[in-house]
Amino acid sequence: MKILVVDDEVDVRLLFEQRFRREIRSGEFQFSFAYSGEEALAFLRAHPLEVVLILSDINMTGMSGLELLRHVKQDLLPLPPPLVMMLTAYGDTATHEQAMQLGANDFLTKPVDFAALKDKLHALPTI
Amino acid sequence: MADTNILAATSLVVGLVWLGRRFLDTPTRLPEWDGRLAKAWQPALALFVAALAFRSTFVADLLNDVSILGVLALGVAVGWRLRAYRPAWLVGAGAVPYVVVLSVKVLLTLLAPSLLKAIDDALDFAGFLSFCWLGTLWLVARNQKKALVAEEQLRLAAEEEQRRIEDQHHDLAYLVNQRTAALARQTDELRTTLTELQATQTQLIQSEKMASLGELTAGIAHEIQNPLNFVNNFADVSAELVAELVEERARPTRDPALEAELLADLRQNLQRITQHGGRAAGIVRGMLEHSRASTGERQPTDLNALCDEYLRLAYHGLRAKNKAFNATLVPELAPGLPPVEAVAGDLGRVLLNLFTNAFYAVQKRQQAGEPGYVPTVGVATRRVPEGVEVQVRDNGTGMPEAVRQKIFQPFFTTKPSGEGTGLGLSLAHDIVVQGHGGTLSVASQEGQGTTFTVRLPA
Repeated sequence: MKILVVDDEVDVRLLFEQRFRREIRSGEFQFSFAYSGEEALAFLRAHPLEVVLILSDINMTGMSGLELLRHVKQDLLPLPPPLVMMLTAYGDTATHEQAMQLGANDFLTKPVDFAALKDKLHALPTI
Repeated sequence: MADTNILAATSLVVGLVWLGRRFLDTPTRLPEWDGRLAKAWQPALALFVAALAFRSTFVADLLNDVSILGVLALGVAVGWRLRAYRPAWLVGAGAVPYVVVLSVKVLLTLLAPSLLKAIDDALDFAGFLSFCWLGTLWLVARNQKKALVAEEQLRLAAEEEQRRIEDQHHDLAYLVNQRTAALARQTDELRTTLTELQATQTQLIQSEKMASLGELTAGIAHEIQNPLNFVNNFADVSAELVAELVEERARPTRDPALEAELLADLRQNLQRITQHGGRAAGIVRGMLEHSRASTGERQPTDLNALCDEYLRLAYHGLRAKNKAFNATLVPELAPGLPPVEAVAGDLGRVLLNLFTNAFYAVQKRQQAGEPGYVPTVGVATRRVPEGVEVQVRDNGTGMPEAVRQKIFQPFFTTKPSGEGTGLGLSLAHDIVVQGHGGTLSVASQEGQGTTFTVRLPA
């Protein structure tokens, strides 16, 4: 399963690559990283239909995670759009509602509980 | 005949007494006598009765005269008693001659009747004259009385007026006092309110500071969360790696490549932990600096020397991090600049921040790879009417209007995360404005450059 992680912190990559070391080694998950909303969109356009899931931060310089969410769910062709889960430090209900309204499939607060995330990812229908 | 005489005389007597009493107002002026005067009709009546009883013209005439004499003598007596009251005196004086004439007549009638007969005409004439005298004086007395009454009325009116004026005066004085007391009370209340308002203002300013500090706290909590999350996560992952390593070492056939990879990752993780920990510490430090009350004393400071020193500090600091970095420095320091009352350390921090920003901007523009671009950062000082002006100019990337408006907000930064706390300019602003009573402003042209201007009162 190809997963795109969008976060402006570069160390996120290290973290994910270590946390999902086994899954990466076994080929179950394949992670790509984008460090801004714009980068993410560019990647998606460059690799259409490859990415199944997007894990995105909300608070980023430039295009925010919510804007990215909107673009992914409304603008991107071809359909169907990938699943999008928001990973963010902003745990307030307003942000949560806004994300859900824009079509987010899930909403997780930082600090990320990687065990729970792993379970969620395993629970997704394998493509 | 004699009876009618007696009747006439008695009536005259009673009438005179009654008139006299009314004219002279004896009930008011002479109350001790008035009681008896009111009863004067009694002796008169007695004499009348006696005259009737005696039935002789001689006795009747005599008694007539006696009664009239008596009345007139009373009049004189009253007149004398009330001599201060001019009309009374006049009446008394008027009656005197007639009293004399009548007395003579009565005496002669009793003692020398023959002599009386001889001078009877003369006596009558004298009596007539006396009567005229009495009449005249009575007229004068009446006029006097009228005049006195008028005078009295005027006096009363004047007194009344006086009293009214005094009352008014009294009322006004009272009102003025009331008003003055009310105004004094109002003034006191206003003074109290003013003091309260001043205290409230101070409280508000303090609340404002606390509120902004509170906002900072929220921002800081947010800012620190990120690096701390990394610290925790990398620590967790490292623990996992260690567990994996232990597992690997326990295996009969060990995989050195995997072990090396794990160890390398471990080292890297620890590096990251240190790095993010440092980030968090930096944020806290920056925040503490922001909240710390400036206890530094102001000293006369040479601004030119300060600018020069911190320009070089900033430049060399940047070159130490990036040997490839080069920029042209343009100091334009006005000679003879007056010393400025300033806390050198604080101002230095402001300058350092402005220079660092300028270098960062020109570095960014250089990285864009414009052909023929020469990164230039300049500092200019000059005298202005209000004091001294320092301008930090750069021909870097400049900033759009939207960014320029937020540039002084705490935690606002255009740098990527990890590079800078976003507190530098807000701190600088506080130092310049609150710490030194100056102004800090910025002008910028996107793609061309930026100029920061600091004005300080000399």
